[in-house]
Amino acid sequence: MRFSHHINSRTLPLIVTSLLFVILFGFGSIAYPSFFSAQVFINLLIDNAFLCVVAIGMTFVILSGGIDLSVGSIVALTTMVTASLVEHQHWSIYSVIPLVLLMGAAFGMLMGVLIYVFKLQAFIVTLGGMFLARGLCYVISIDSIAITDAAYTEISQYRIMLGDEVFISINAVIALITLAVAIYLAQYTRFGRTVYAIGGNERSAQLMGLPVGQTTILVYTLSGFCSALGGVLVTFYMLSGYGLHALGMELDAIAAAVIGGTLLTGGVGYVAGSLVGVLILGVIQSLISFDGTLSSWWTRIAVGVLLCLFCLMQRLFERGGTSFSALFAYWKKPLEPAGRAD
Amino acid sequence: MTVEPILVMQGICKSFPGVNALKNAQLRLFPGEVHALMGQNGAGKSTLIKVLTGVETPDAGEIRLNGQAISPACVGEAQKMGITAVYQEINLCPNLSVAENIFIGRFPMRAIGIDWKTIEHQAAAELAALNIHIDVSLPLASYPVAIQQMVAIARALTTEAQVLILDEPTSSLDEGEVERLFQALRQLKQKGMAIVFITHFLDQTYAIADRITVLRNGEFIGEYPASTLSRLDLINTMVGREINEASYAANSSAQAASVADKPYVSARGLGSTGGMHPFDLDLYRGQVTGLGGLLGSGRTETARLLFGIDRADSGTIRVDGHAVKLNSPRQAVRYGIAFCPEDRKNEGIVADLSIRENIILALQARRGIFHYLPKRAQSAIAEQYIEQLGIRTSDAEKPIGQLSGGNQQKALLARWLATDPKMLILDEPTRGIDIAAKLEIMELVKAQCKKGLAILFISSEMSEVLRVSDRIAVLRDRQKIGEIAGHDADEQNVFRMIAGAEA
Repeated sequence: MRFSHHINSRTLPLIVTSLLFVILFGFGSIAYPSFFSAQVFINLLIDNAFLCVVAIGMTFVILSGGIDLSVGSIVALTTMVTASLVEHQHWSIYSVIPLVLLMGAAFGMLMGVLIYVFKLQAFIVTLGGMFLARGLCYVISIDSIAITDAAYTEISQYRIMLGDEVFISINAVIALITLAVAIYLAQYTRFGRTVYAIGGNERSAQLMGLPVGQTTILVYTLSGFCSALGGVLVTFYMLSGYGLHALGMELDAIAAAVIGGTLLTGGVGYVAGSLVGVLILGVIQSLISFDGTLSSWWTRIAVGVLLCLFCLMQRLFERGGTSFSALFAYWKKPLEPAGRAD
Repeated sequence: MTVEPILVMQGICKSFPGVNALKNAQLRLFPGEVHALMGQNGAGKSTLIKVLTGVETPDAGEIRLNGQAISPACVGEAQKMGITAVYQEINLCPNLSVAENIFIGRFPMRAIGIDWKTIEHQAAAELAALNIHIDVSLPLASYPVAIQQMVAIARALTTEAQVLILDEPTSSLDEGEVERLFQALRQLKQKGMAIVFITHFLDQTYAIADRITVLRNGEFIGEYPASTLSRLDLINTMVGREINEASYAANSSAQAASVADKPYVSARGLGSTGGMHPFDLDLYRGQVTGLGGLLGSGRTETARLLFGIDRADSGTIRVDGHAVKLNSPRQAVRYGIAFCPEDRKNEGIVADLSIRENIILALQARRGIFHYLPKRAQSAIAEQYIEQLGIRTSDAEKPIGQLSGGNQQKALLARWLATDPKMLILDEPTRGIDIAAKLEIMELVKAQCKKGLAILFISSEMSEVLRVSDRIAVLRDRQKIGEIAGHDADEQNVFRMIAGAEA
């Protein structure tokens, strides 16, 4: 097939990441008897659905060459607003969810406008957004608000059975749908390709006549929306709103994107990679909890090491761009007479 | 022939802070012609193109396309009107595939999104028309610059352009590729497209252009049919004759006989692939050697080789009789070579630091950070040079960014003189400064030279080179084509040499 044709310096990080996931999962299956099951795999998705959604938004931002540090705080703010409206004001779930999604999108859009129109650095603007959103949580309440609304608990506990024993949660389904939409956006729409172009070279994108401003603002709007959606998933998962929810999640999301093969300099990477990135973070967590003797902080250590390794790997690919594809040239040879015929 | 022009630009003015980039510039394009836009560095060609493509908004003047006044506000708008440009530096996205680079912004769509299959097929076909057969699904960055340039051109060709602008598209192409490009351009010409072609290669101008518009200092000088304008006339119109007398008057090179018999720096067969063809050059102490040549002839490249910024892949350099390798500016500085770069703002001054700090920079770098020069000594050195070079400032602690261009240049000169160099390379030391300051700088150069410094002087204004140089090395198309002694040279001599035998 033409699979080998698709191995190049851009797809390789994703392939390596996927292989790593398989290896980690394989290791767990051998080391712990009950590890190898479809439910353990699906649990990775269920337990990390919100991170997955947030990481998808983050991936678009990073692809465009930016960064969004506000996502964790927007998640927390969303949980707070949701919990407060549902519990204290007794709003219906069907009006609360659209409202908080809109709120997240508007928050992101505002940051996008600041970044593009006033040419401010994304790092600083979203850092401001991060403090602002986190602070607003405590304006609502400094304590955790438990959600007892019937509709919420029902959704939270709803299990979609796949076969007799394996089930999947609504959260995981929403995450998968978000992923599918995001892949479509990135690969098959003008918006998505413009994001890649801006990440590759913003000035070129401008000179090619692409709508750079509009797209930049949309990217942050999308990230804000994804964060709010992530927040909604957290309320389903935790059944509470709290200002301390999702502390440091922006960094987990960045880590997932980078491990998934997205270059922090923008323009290179795949949305699907971020799912694999999230799954790797999840599988490390599972391995450590299955082991039982290690402190959960070992997850952080493993993630730290992985991140450094992946960045190093990407730099090597980047630098060796042509020499690296030469390494794979012997696979391509029978397929394609690459190069110029004079 | 009473064909109406497809595009008329008239009375275009554009000024940037401190510079009048365009003064009453004009351009007429007819359908089915290749029109060369010629002019020296800073003549305003690029600005005119930017105005036309909506990158810059003109301060005054009008643009008419097919008789209708237009004022494109952005590139996208200009493209919709049928005006497309390929810029000198490749403006594509290296991370996207070749096919995508050709079609982004106007993807063919299917019901479910972008139609990738059609894009790849059409992209391959477009490139095949330029006789390039590559895998269009690979990222642009995996191909050499020449191919990238052709991709940029293919992108421009796929737009339904009425006016196609090529801003120095050939600088990275070899002869075969240029010929292919020209074939494509001739086909487009027959379809009635108007093509603006900017290049500094005279051969190419005459090979493809039907008419030539010359700009000088942002002003329209004339529009000529290519067949009636000789090369020499073209060079003269581009450069302007009126400065001739000035250049004659002051060259006193006859006195500079007290030249050491051994060159301080001597290059033999020095060259780099993609940069300069191998050349020989001797630089003597107490002598100013000028580099003469048009834009793109390899003046700066020569300087960069001699200062170790670019690596030479052939030839040898001897400094003071010893064979040396110059692989970095640090090494060059160690051998007593100093370099004032062309781009004063970005590569020269540190605008926020004071004059004193700017002057002391190179000296401190040479001493190393552990041999800190006491502030009193710094001030003394700064004061000395401010006085000696006549830098006009209230005091040495003023940020250098507040000085005029001429005084900044003097401070840069001071920076290198403070390190007590043996040889000084000056790349365009007089760019963007007024006449009086220019004369002052040139006097300073000559004065320093008399003290036994070897100087390599580069300027795009031939009259200046003639004025200060004891010897002129003439460059054309990145090749050294000869040397003229300063007192024999006048502009016509040099230009005749550059224009070659055909003129």
